[in-house]
Amino acid sequence: MSGWVWALFLRELRLSVRVGGGALIGVLFFLAVITVIPFGVGPDLNLLALIGPAVLWIGALLATLLGLDRLFQADRDDGSLDLMLMAGRPLELLVLVKCAAHWLGTGLPLVIAAPVLSIFLNLEPLAVGAVTLTLLAGTPALTLIGAIGAALTVSLRRGGLLLAVLVIPFSIPVLIFGVSAAGAVTREPAPFLTPFLFLCALSLIALVVGPVASALALRFSSD
Amino acid sequence: MDCLLIEVRRACDAEKARVAGRLVRFPKPFRIAMRLVADTLACDRGGRRVFSDLSLSLASGRALVVRGPNGVGKSSLLRVIAGLVQPAAGQLAVEDGLPEHSVGEHCHYFGHQDALKPAMSVLENLTFWTRFVQPAPLPGDRGPVAPEAALEHLGILHTAHLPAAYLSAGQRRRLSLARLMVTLRPIWLLDEPTSALDSASEETLTGLMRDHLAAGGMILAATHQDLDLPDVASLRLERAA
Repeated sequence: MSGWVWALFLRELRLSVRVGGGALIGVLFFLAVITVIPFGVGPDLNLLALIGPAVLWIGALLATLLGLDRLFQADRDDGSLDLMLMAGRPLELLVLVKCAAHWLGTGLPLVIAAPVLSIFLNLEPLAVGAVTLTLLAGTPALTLIGAIGAALTVSLRRGGLLLAVLVIPFSIPVLIFGVSAAGAVTREPAPFLTPFLFLCALSLIALVVGPVASALALRFSSD
Repeated sequence: MDCLLIEVRRACDAEKARVAGRLVRFPKPFRIAMRLVADTLACDRGGRRVFSDLSLSLASGRALVVRGPNGVGKSSLLRVIAGLVQPAAGQLAVEDGLPEHSVGEHCHYFGHQDALKPAMSVLENLTFWTRFVQPAPLPGDRGPVAPEAALEHLGILHTAHLPAAYLSAGQRRRLSLARLMVTLRPIWLLDEPTSALDSASEETLTGLMRDHLAAGGMILAATHQDLDLPDVASLRLERAA
């Protein structure tokens, strides 16, 4: 049983880092969004430090959405999805493995890039740590929720925008708890742990709901 | 109800028996008795009835060629059997099949799309499908073919480490065909299997199909060409007037 999981995981990871894969696109987009912000907001260092965590989170959310539309569509376009549906493997697990590989290819680079990009936003070291930690806990939820949208829009040409419209409402709670945990360090009396635990809970819920809902959508996609 | 199955005939029979939507059983028993049975199938695509009241029975070691004009539902029939399209009515089953396998999980689907990733090498593509697809071997089957051996048999071993993006259309087709050799499944659903293949590859394909039938497999092929196979039955789908 572990053989096919590993084979699928390696394939997805290979595809995401090779030519035409989405691994670099997300992190480059993240870089572009974050570097533009200081120019738009102006050289007010206190203001940048205040909005920094929120900007990083919004950048990460948009960068995650950017690559998600190809999660299942690439496989549908070349007929791989048909064969995957016939392969006799549990579809929920298949979705989970694809999401894990997708997160490792596109989500983790965002988490790693966040501390570097924090410098642009004048974040103090403690805030940098908090943002990175919340992104690490929260981006899997974004990928898994996005997978539902990707599965629903799999049969639509240029479904990327529809995907974003579908997914953003459901990723708002992740954004709220992520930003409030990340910003708690700079706003002294605000607690860090409470929103952070909510964020972890959202990721765990998405871990269960995401694969089940995506698998259900994929089963009805081939018609 | 646009289309109806109006004729089922066995190519080897001199007389062409006309049967409308009737269960046609082929009498000759085979070493490994497995049977694909469809009973009064109907299929809707995009709100339109593509075919209805279609029954067929295909036993181990038999091939069935599905014929008919474009758009009559040949591909839809194969996709219904593969489990990729839900039938609007009717039953589909594999008698004496493997337990806990759906009908689709008995099948290899060789359709128009090659399911290849251009960024991965030929061998990586094939190895992935070898490891990913759950085999459904017949009892007493000769084991599966190793990926390299399958590539060699199809004459594309020299491209093994080349990215699939550099393959020609015929080579992509052959690589896609190699999937059928590396994982054993009793039913082959072939949709226009000879498209883009040269005559030598066509012969290789015919050889593979013969071997598959001899091992007790079943083949359903939607094609306009004549297949050089022993004892082929043919199913003609035609537009209802």
